[in-house]
Amino acid sequence: MLSIRNLHANIDGKEILRGINLDIKAGEVHAIMGPNGSGKSTLSAVIAGREDYEVTEGEIEFMGKNLMDFSPEERAGEGIFLSFQYPIEIPGLTTTNFIKTAVNEIRKYRGQEPMDAVQFLKKMKEKMTLVNIDQSLLSRSLNEGFSGGEKKRNEIFQMAMLEPRLAILDETDSGLDIDAIRIVANGVNKLRTKDNAVLLVTHYQRLLDYIIPDFVHVLYKGRIVKSGTKELAYELEEKGYDFIKAEVEQGA
Amino acid sequence: MKSDEIQSENIVVDEGLDILEQTVRNEYKYGFVTDIEADSAPKGLNEDTIRFISAKKEEPEWMLEWRLKAFRQWLKMQEPHWANLKYPAIDYQDIIYYSAPKQKEKPKSLDEIDPELRKTFEKLGISLDEQKRLTGVAVDAVIDSVSIATTFKEQLAEQGIIFCSMSEAIQNHPELVRQYLSSVVPVTDNYFAALNAAVFSDGSFVYIPKGVRCPMELSTYFRINAENTGQFERTLIVADEGSFVSYLEGCTAPMRDENQLHAAVVELVAMDNAEIKYSTVQNWYPGDKEGNGGIYNFVTKRGICKGNHSKISWTQVETGSAITWKYPSVILKGDHSVGEFYSVAVTNNYQQADTGTKMMHLGKNTRSRIVSKGISAGFSQNSYRGLVHVGKNATGARNFSQCDSLLLGDKCGAHTFPYIEVKNKSGVVEHEATTSKIGEDQIFYCNQRGIDTETAVALIVNGFAKEVMAHLPMEFAVEAQKLLAISLEGSVG
Ligand SMILES: Nc1ncnc2c1ncn2[C@@H]1O[C@H](COP(=O)(O)OP(=O)(O)OP(=O)(O)O)[C@@H](O)[C@H]1O
Ligand SMILES: [Mg+2]
Repeated sequence: MLSIRNLHANIDGKEILRGINLDIKAGEVHAIMGPNGSGKSTLSAVIAGREDYEVTEGEIEFMGKNLMDFSPEERAGEGIFLSFQYPIEIPGLTTTNFIKTAVNEIRKYRGQEPMDAVQFLKKMKEKMTLVNIDQSLLSRSLNEGFSGGEKKRNEIFQMAMLEPRLAILDETDSGLDIDAIRIVANGVNKLRTKDNAVLLVTHYQRLLDYIIPDFVHVLYKGRIVKSGTKELAYELEEKGYDFIKAEVEQGA
Repeated sequence: MKSDEIQSENIVVDEGLDILEQTVRNEYKYGFVTDIEADSAPKGLNEDTIRFISAKKEEPEWMLEWRLKAFRQWLKMQEPHWANLKYPAIDYQDIIYYSAPKQKEKPKSLDEIDPELRKTFEKLGISLDEQKRLTGVAVDAVIDSVSIATTFKEQLAEQGIIFCSMSEAIQNHPELVRQYLSSVVPVTDNYFAALNAAVFSDGSFVYIPKGVRCPMELSTYFRINAENTGQFERTLIVADEGSFVSYLEGCTAPMRDENQLHAAVVELVAMDNAEIKYSTVQNWYPGDKEGNGGIYNFVTKRGICKGNHSKISWTQVETGSAITWKYPSVILKGDHSVGEFYSVAVTNNYQQADTGTKMMHLGKNTRSRIVSKGISAGFSQNSYRGLVHVGKNATGARNFSQCDSLLLGDKCGAHTFPYIEVKNKSGVVEHEATTSKIGEDQIFYCNQRGIDTETAVALIVNGFAKEVMAHLPMEFAVEAQKLLAISLEGSVG
């Protein structure tokens, strides 16, 4: 589904991603871990098409298409969803309105008719139960005054509404209380099918107890320096990143 | 779950976006010229011009005298330059002060209106057809200098409501006109008001009798058509005791390279327990992307809450004009009276707006509320200028002002000039102001959800302006949303 080859990306002339290779197949869950500042959010944003980053080398292919040819909104239309580490606020625009616009803009991109109010409401109700989000939150301005956890839950609700092929969750677990992590993970699991895939960015192995990854990758200084299975996450939790750093320095 | 609430809200958005799509790449769509013969005064301004206008309109002697007096005062006055506006000097002798579409006779019924004119109004989306009762809006259409048609007149007359052109009111209701004309905006109030008094050609007149709630929106559409013509309309609305009226004003003009002058005066009078809601969707031609052409809009709007417990509410959505100089104000004379000002002013490219309000608290326990939302893009300059005055007898006066600015890009400017004068210690005046920018990260967030940048800007801007838009009559809210989006097209990304 997603194939990243030797990806290099800069911001303000500073190289952040320094040769990423990653393959994600339909039905898989991949987790990316790594110390602060290693480039996890950068990678997520580059896949989603954020233009502040300059891709200097390499390629990203998604469903057989060269993603570089697509704008961020077209990538969303192609089925890429990013749950933001820091969701932004839009005062005066209700969350419901925002999601309705998103749903219909993506439908338009795919050549589908817009959803009418009745259909939309039905879908909202269904997904609200799935991620256990409160109605009152959705009639408030987008993320304005939401607590950290509410913002994250709202991201997952949007994911549920948009039903992406590839969901990139950038630290969606950070800021969630223990019950909320379980609910969000549950939501993600229920939305999994053999046709979609998830890329989880997280610092904590706890999330991976609920959403079992097929692969775990460690990102360090803009490169994936180690890949493994779920066991790797346990090892990291136990030992910290030092042993990886040591390995990298040794290899260098 | 409040499902009804969500549902209706979404329907509005739906329409808003559809219209947005239709109008993408559609620049100023009202920029056409109607090919009709006009009956004009020669260029320039002197006493003869004024006599010409007055004669054309077959005005009584007192009206001519009133105009001449205004003109003589105007000659002694200076054009004001305290506003944060820059424009080349206006040559008042290079303007045509009167232009009327040639019609054989004043039409007796709507069917007699020149088909070319009729087409113009159809293009503008204004129905002059009284059959279309569904729209529930009575319209007075003013083209260049004269009122062309007023709809629903008879139905309104049944309740004693007078809704007609100002010229008709001068003929048919001289006692009301003489009583209230220039009672709120004196002839010599300011340079542009004096000019208007001298040369005004038409406008709307509304009288709502005691205890009557006007059953429909009253609306006037102003359109400048002829070249080199100034438009000087004058509107007077009187709401007698315990009455209510909601009035809407809209305006458009063709695209022209040279600037055209518009200097209107609006006066509102609210007696005891009366309420006037005055809404404006101002869409005069703003000039092109390089700042050529566009309307110079110098407007004096003022209402007086004359009676106790009366209320005047101004709502304006200002997207057009090259230059806007406009401060709809309320004199809170009656005890317990209420004044409100809700404004969205958008400037793009090289537009300049200096707009705001004056709330003059004179009576006891008077209250006022100001909500101003300025949106600047391109190379434009957008200023809020407001005065809250609490007189020495205005015990218990309260004001709340909120002035927010939103910037798109970094070549435009937003400015706030709040003036506060409190002469009574019991007065409470609160002022809040914020300035924000549409951020790259807001746009990217929307893009990531499949929403393109143009639509994202529309969503953000409409969110920003929501509190004001909520005060527009329902029929016009969608149109106004669409206008905001169109006027900001191409301003980001
Ligand atoms: N606009 C920018 N200008 C300069 N450096 C930047 C900019 N944006 C990001 N960076 C740098 O890029 C590096 C990678 O940042 P990124 O946000 O991708 O890290 P991360 O792995 O997601 O970290 P965390 O775990 O803290 O979320 C950091 O050193 C960061 O300071
Ligand atoms: Mg990060």
